[in-house]
Amino acid sequence: MLLKDIIEKLELKVLNLANQDIDVKDAYASDLLSDVMGKAKTGQIWVTLQTHKNVSAICSLKDLAAVIIIGNGKPDDDMLEHAKLEDVCVLSTAESCFDICGKLYGLIKSEV
Amino acid sequence: MKFKADLHIHSVLSPCGDLEMSPSAIIKEAKSKGLNIIGISDHNSTRNALVTKKIAEKNNIFVLCGAEVTTKEEVHCLCFMPDENSLLEFQKFLDSKYVFFQNDPNKFGYQLVVDEDENIIDEVDTLLINAIDYSIEDLQKKVYELNGIFIPAHVDRPRFSLSSQLVFIPDNLKYDALELSKYAEQTGFLQNFPWFSPNRFIMSSDAHFIPDIGSVYTELEMKSLSFEGVRLALQNLKIR
Repeated sequence: MLLKDIIEKLELKVLNLANQDIDVKDAYASDLLSDVMGKAKTGQIWVTLQTHKNVSAICSLKDLAAVIIIGNGKPDDDMLEHAKLEDVCVLSTAESCFDICGKLYGLIKSEV
Repeated sequence: MKFKADLHIHSVLSPCGDLEMSPSAIIKEAKSKGLNIIGISDHNSTRNALVTKKIAEKNNIFVLCGAEVTTKEEVHCLCFMPDENSLLEFQKFLDSKYVFFQNDPNKFGYQLVVDEDENIIDEVDTLLINAIDYSIEDLQKKVYELNGIFIPAHVDRPRFSLSSQLVFIPDNLKYDALELSKYAEQTGFLQNFPWFSPNRFIMSSDAHFIPDIGSVYTELEMKSLSFEGVRLALQNLKIR
């Protein structure tokens, strides 16, 4: 499913906009950046509660489609600055990790 | 002159610290291990540091007073204060940043503040191993505002470390040294995370039990024992 459709269907708040026309087929949920660095795959959406600047750095290094920050978390200012500079799509939701992952799974895995 | 320093020791104030880790027992063990400098670094609290320093002075051991703070990213950082006033100020700051969670001593362990004679004078309510509501960069700024020493702890560990939580050292983060655990060599940390080099590293025990005190240590080259001397010695550590 296209990222822009996911954003619309899950009513995600867009904190930094990048390429919305990516076809997203998978996602990864983790709050350990070292774990994401090792295991997340290019093109995935990353779900996390972390708001540090390095979140954006890892999105860009791993070429992730977007990061969704859960629980109404607010990214640190320098994270957003970095995301703008590197064209990282930063989204947020008020929902919990479990709920947003469940919905996301329903959306993108039902297509496969 | 070379001094043996183990800058990461927990007391009975840390819930995970053994109940034998009283200030006097820590000093006795440090002395028997030939340590000259120790750091009292309980989780998120400094409240057993001064009493340990008092006992240590009679035993010719220099104590760095501080805490091992868990930032909101869940990175453990050693923070040491230069004097009593800044230590109290730092404790006040920590008090204002706790996210309260009632400690259950049966599950997590006791969090005891003690005096020189091992009397319990207080028990801390809020669980000290939780993260405080403050980022690593802001914590470092706070420590430097108070003229303290800042050392990200056990950066090689797969939990609660700079490498596990943030992968990279944030480019605006300042520090006096990075701490390696005793496992760093066997896990090949610097080969696996080559971007942590070149840097200045200390190694400390992170002792929670008496026998672990001084199990690893760092040799610091100093003229005499003082807080500024330690800071300078850290700055002069060999880069690796």
